[in-house]
Amino acid sequence: MDLLSQLRGQIADFSAFLHREGFVDDQFTQLQKLRDESSPGFVVEVVSLFFEDCEKLVNNMAKALEQQIVDFKQVDSHVHQLKGSSSSIGAARIHNVCIAFKTCCEDQNRNGCVRCLQQVNHECIQLKNNLQTLFNLEQQIIAAGGSIPAKQ
Amino acid sequence: MANTSSFSSSPSTKFSFDEKPHVLAVDDNLIDRKVIERLFINSTCKVTTAENGKRALEYLGLADGQHPNHNDLKVNLIITDYSMPGMTGYELLKRIKESPTMKEIPVVVVSSENIPTRINQCMQGGAQEFLLKPLQLSDATKLRCHIKKAITRGVCRRR
Repeated sequence: MDLLSQLRGQIADFSAFLHREGFVDDQFTQLQKLRDESSPGFVVEVVSLFFEDCEKLVNNMAKALEQQIVDFKQVDSHVHQLKGSSSSIGAARIHNVCIAFKTCCEDQNRNGCVRCLQQVNHECIQLKNNLQTLFNLEQQIIAAGGSIPAKQ
Repeated sequence: MANTSSFSSSPSTKFSFDEKPHVLAVDDNLIDRKVIERLFINSTCKVTTAENGKRALEYLGLADGQHPNHNDLKVNLIITDYSMPGMTGYELLKRIKESPTMKEIPVVVVSSENIPTRINQCMQGGAQEFLLKPLQLSDATKLRCHIKKAITRGVCRRR
């Protein structure tokens, strides 16, 4: 099997894994479809923006939860942002944690919020690593003379 | 005697059939703005984004203290998020529909939350449509079809 076919097989398997495990959902596939000659870097760009945003929000939420008196409305507004962004890029696991996180905010449950924040952080790191792997595979395909998406 | 109808029967010279529809997308979330922008660019539209209602009104020349827009601003569709700080998408919708110069522009409201009272409120307020996030390419394509039909029918913004 030539290198290109090998790589394509690898990326197909990895993508299936990401979907199966719920790291990404159909919305991510939608984003990948938006990539074309005029915007080859679209997915990488949006994903980078997402993780930048994620980091900022996580830091802000951590600070807010450390306060003597927690401003749950503040935390909730950050969660709302993250919930929206994660849904828009198809980051399914992160989105699901945000749903639970919102409930904790509404219940003014500090411990619950702290747990959710830890989970968000964990999921962000995992997704970042996974998507980096995916993007690396795509780069290898391009370097091997293939194109993303595969031309029929 | 003079024709005072708001709609001309033939397309105004500002609307050539080859011209790309112009969409104004309003959303406080940067990632959502990027995605919506790409959705519409991929549907061959021109896109301008605004990060909140106030900026959107400024762009349209409807902000407090601004004079009504007499220049060549042509917007064929406004798509706005519902939940935004400062001014909600519904409040923005109302301001646009109250404007003699901009009220004909279709306004689509999008939201991540499926709340019937919210949907009713927006539809009563004159929204063209209420869509749930996340938006997909099929939504943008469908909306673009509506815009093109409206242009072809010769519906134009009354100056």
